[in-house]
Amino acid sequence: MAEKLVGSNYTPLDLVAKVTGKARYAEDFRADGMLFAKLLVSPMPHARVRRLDTSAALAMNGVKAILTADDLPMQPPNAERALTNEPLYVGEPILAVAAVDELTAAEAIERIQLDLEPLPFVVDPLDALRPDGPNARTNGNAWGAPPPNSPPGTPAPLETIKWTTQDFDEEDLFRLPMGKPLEEWSYGDLDGGFKNAALTLDETFVVQSTGHHPMETRSAMAYWQNGKLFIHASTQSVAQTQPIIARWVGVDPSQVVLICEYTGGGFGSKGAGAVSMAIPALLSKKAGAPVMMRISREEESYIGRARTNMAGRVKIGFAKDGHITAMDLYIVQDTGAYGPLGDHRSAGLAASLIWQPPAMRWRAVNVITNTPPRSQQRSPGPMQANAIVDPVVSKAARQLNLDQVEIRSINSPTGKALYGPAGPNGQRRHITSAFIKEALARGAEQFNWNERKARTGLGQKQGSKVRGVGVAVGPHGAGSIGWDSIMTIRPDGKLYVQSGVGNLGTHSVMDLARVAADVLAMPWDKVEVIWGDTGKGLPWTCLSVGSQTTHAMTRANHAGAMDAKRKLQEIAAHDHGGSPDDYDVGNERVFRRGSPGSGMTYAQAAKRAIELGGKYDGHELPMDINPMTKGSATRLAGLGLMGVAKDNYPRDGDTYSFVVGFAEVEVDVETGHVTLVDFMAVGDVGTVVNPRSLIAQIKGGTCLGIAHALFQKSVVDPHYGHSLARRFHYSKPLTILDIPASMHAEALDLADPETPVGARGVGEPPVGAGYGAVLNAIADAVGDEVFRRAPVTSDVILMALEHEKPMHEPLRAHV
Amino acid sequence: MSLSRRNFIKGVIAGGAVASSSAYLFRSGTLSGQTSTTPGSVERLITLNVNGQARRVDVMKQETLAMTLRYKLGLTGTKLGCDRAECGACTVLIDDVPHYSCSVLTHTVRNRRVTTIEGLASSSGELHPIQQAVVDEQGFQCAFCMPGFVMSAVGFLKTHPSPTREELAHGVSGNLCRCQDYDKILTALMKGAEYMRRV
Repeated sequence: MAEKLVGSNYTPLDLVAKVTGKARYAEDFRADGMLFAKLLVSPMPHARVRRLDTSAALAMNGVKAILTADDLPMQPPNAERALTNEPLYVGEPILAVAAVDELTAAEAIERIQLDLEPLPFVVDPLDALRPDGPNARTNGNAWGAPPPNSPPGTPAPLETIKWTTQDFDEEDLFRLPMGKPLEEWSYGDLDGGFKNAALTLDETFVVQSTGHHPMETRSAMAYWQNGKLFIHASTQSVAQTQPIIARWVGVDPSQVVLICEYTGGGFGSKGAGAVSMAIPALLSKKAGAPVMMRISREEESYIGRARTNMAGRVKIGFAKDGHITAMDLYIVQDTGAYGPLGDHRSAGLAASLIWQPPAMRWRAVNVITNTPPRSQQRSPGPMQANAIVDPVVSKAARQLNLDQVEIRSINSPTGKALYGPAGPNGQRRHITSAFIKEALARGAEQFNWNERKARTGLGQKQGSKVRGVGVAVGPHGAGSIGWDSIMTIRPDGKLYVQSGVGNLGTHSVMDLARVAADVLAMPWDKVEVIWGDTGKGLPWTCLSVGSQTTHAMTRANHAGAMDAKRKLQEIAAHDHGGSPDDYDVGNERVFRRGSPGSGMTYAQAAKRAIELGGKYDGHELPMDINPMTKGSATRLAGLGLMGVAKDNYPRDGDTYSFVVGFAEVEVDVETGHVTLVDFMAVGDVGTVVNPRSLIAQIKGGTCLGIAHALFQKSVVDPHYGHSLARRFHYSKPLTILDIPASMHAEALDLADPETPVGARGVGEPPVGAGYGAVLNAIADAVGDEVFRRAPVTSDVILMALEHEKPMHEPLRAHV
Repeated sequence: MSLSRRNFIKGVIAGGAVASSSAYLFRSGTLSGQTSTTPGSVERLITLNVNGQARRVDVMKQETLAMTLRYKLGLTGTKLGCDRAECGACTVLIDDVPHYSCSVLTHTVRNRRVTTIEGLASSSGELHPIQQAVVDEQGFQCAFCMPGFVMSAVGFLKTHPSPTREELAHGVSGNLCRCQDYDKILTALMKGAEYMRRV
């Protein structure tokens, strides 16, 4: 069979709608009698609502309803709800007003009498751990580990943990104090590893938090019809968001119709929608009219999620040849007011994977602070690990007189490499495949690494300008298994593929249909992809997070297409004799092998499938598919020949992808300004499904990492707990003027052996590659002791170079 | 870290941070048939030239062009990405010059030509050269920023038909993208410049 769609470029089916302004995002929908909502948000970082009087507001002309936390369904203990009576951060929504327009709603909010009782609060994770430090929540200050052997999804316990005054002695040495951890694992002979090391380094690094700030804020519009909720919202994952909205709103998932054909970015902040979607949904119910909730950029900086910040300390032993002998990693993670996030765990596993230490210990505390809520942000954890570990390895390479590419290559994993601690069965986990050494070699050659590295460092200053080069390997988990697909070949001869993936612009929402089309030898212009509306019958689909979609959904759609192909063969054999295996597919026909004109067209087979019924047209369904798939397939039954299947393909190992980044920077030692001169990236991301979109993912992801190295941050005032980096101007995202004149990226296109299409995900690994490579390049230019935090802004560089001291308190977060 | 309520509030006031969420607020003129008590809520009927058509619309004095386009004229291709002139997603052309429509008062554009993303393609559906280039090069990802970038580029290229890559980057540097493959955006817009020169 000619597999020609996978691996070739195409024009995404939605591009003309986007470029003509016809594509409708959540805030572009209108409904008759639509009201507008405004939020009353907390001015205090931690407080309790003592008294609330809404009577004056409700008496106003045009005010239709007010929603408070008391109107929301209960959620599991300690979980975030859309509104609260005990705000845990400045900007947390307390109530929402629905009125005929926003100005009226805003005026109503001014008339609400709210009496808040201030409660102790903390914005720096280390302050929460001090013996006399405040707790961010009245019932604890950190998340513990879920009990061993508990089923997935078990909530982490809320705990209270304080370190001793002695633990904090290390602080004066600018080193992360390492008091009692709440989580820990280890493997190998750690002491032996350090004893045998020729060089041991022990360094602390502070990784910043950054707001996700997708261009489209989390606005939503909702209305009810016949007891059903219709909601236009912005989510990364359509199928998975429907049941979650149902939980937030307190109805059965079958009563929710979610429409989201276009999503204006998410980067992990809209993984399964946003808890705030419950507000227009429930306000609409209360007011008896459609409600539009527009979220402003400033509100987005409160409720729109941010990356976990970390203070990390790592001690690494190196042999003379650069091989790592042992690694001891400690992470204090700031998980914000809610969570808990698991980035600290992913960071530990990523470090174990890409550096392959024969002995390693990982310890962590996952601290709660009164700062805006976190969620996974593109490469949650592995990116932070790049910042904590990469500078230490770079410094070791300089001290051991080794090449930076070489030291990464010799320590990198290959094949089914082991990583992390031993599981309950005594075995360590392993990955499906890795070709990092190949990616490093290809990148070094393309980037002219050896030529460039010869002209770097303070010794070769040109005027006030110093060059530096850096390389880093960004890893990330890149695929899950076990999801479903539904597709139908209908009497019009077309293939209709149901896609439950969100449409973020990665095009995985459509790429999966190209896999199905290839299996069925269907020309692309005869393929219709149905996406973005749970009312249209979507299969059980992975979340579009964690770079898993391309891997997960190419598998599921391969399985569904194989099911459809088998049914075509069976119908042909039924009508034309012989056994199903005597038949093949091609040219939109199912035909007897060797006789392409025989058999029947797909259109005829679709008609026959409807006549035969049963499994052929979806009236009988496989037993192992998810109830969501079953419900959708039942609704689509009878429309044509149905391919419907769960991905039961075997997989040996955990799927990870890798991107290798190379950066050259120029630092002006008089102004502290860093210019990114050049950047290139090579992906080890399995078979390339959609080349142009893949390269876009690699470049876009590396740019996010580059911005983390150079500008982007959150700032929180420690005294009043207010976020100061609201909006774009202060959070400093990358602009078009911050990148080099051109950027190059490519992919190895080596198939992963543990998945039928060979494809792994790509969204996240480039972020750590961009972040690490630029940090390493700056250190190469100006030295290893200049910065111990990111972003590396001009003030950080100048203070270190001019005054030999850090710009900020060394361990302080959110500065 | 103890903090009295009084000091807290003083600090909050000093810091200029209050419990509101400053943003453009949508105001409908009619209040659903009820009388408004709000000052400044009186609308005037004006005529705008939008995408070559005369559009009669009731606007308030303080109403921004972005809100008029999106909520009164149904032109939702113009996106709102920020609170105030930071991101460029709402860029439209006024007399061929790119403007952030979130920062232009509607009544100031009477007797001027407003062009939005919906007005670029020909009435027969033929795409503008910049739009065609974006399609050919698959210039954007989530595309929420795309209308603003396209309008900025169209406006810039009218006065700078043959820019270098660097010049064009400066020309559209008032627009933010968070998917951030700026490299591909620039490639697509450069191709658009080439298409425009051929027309």
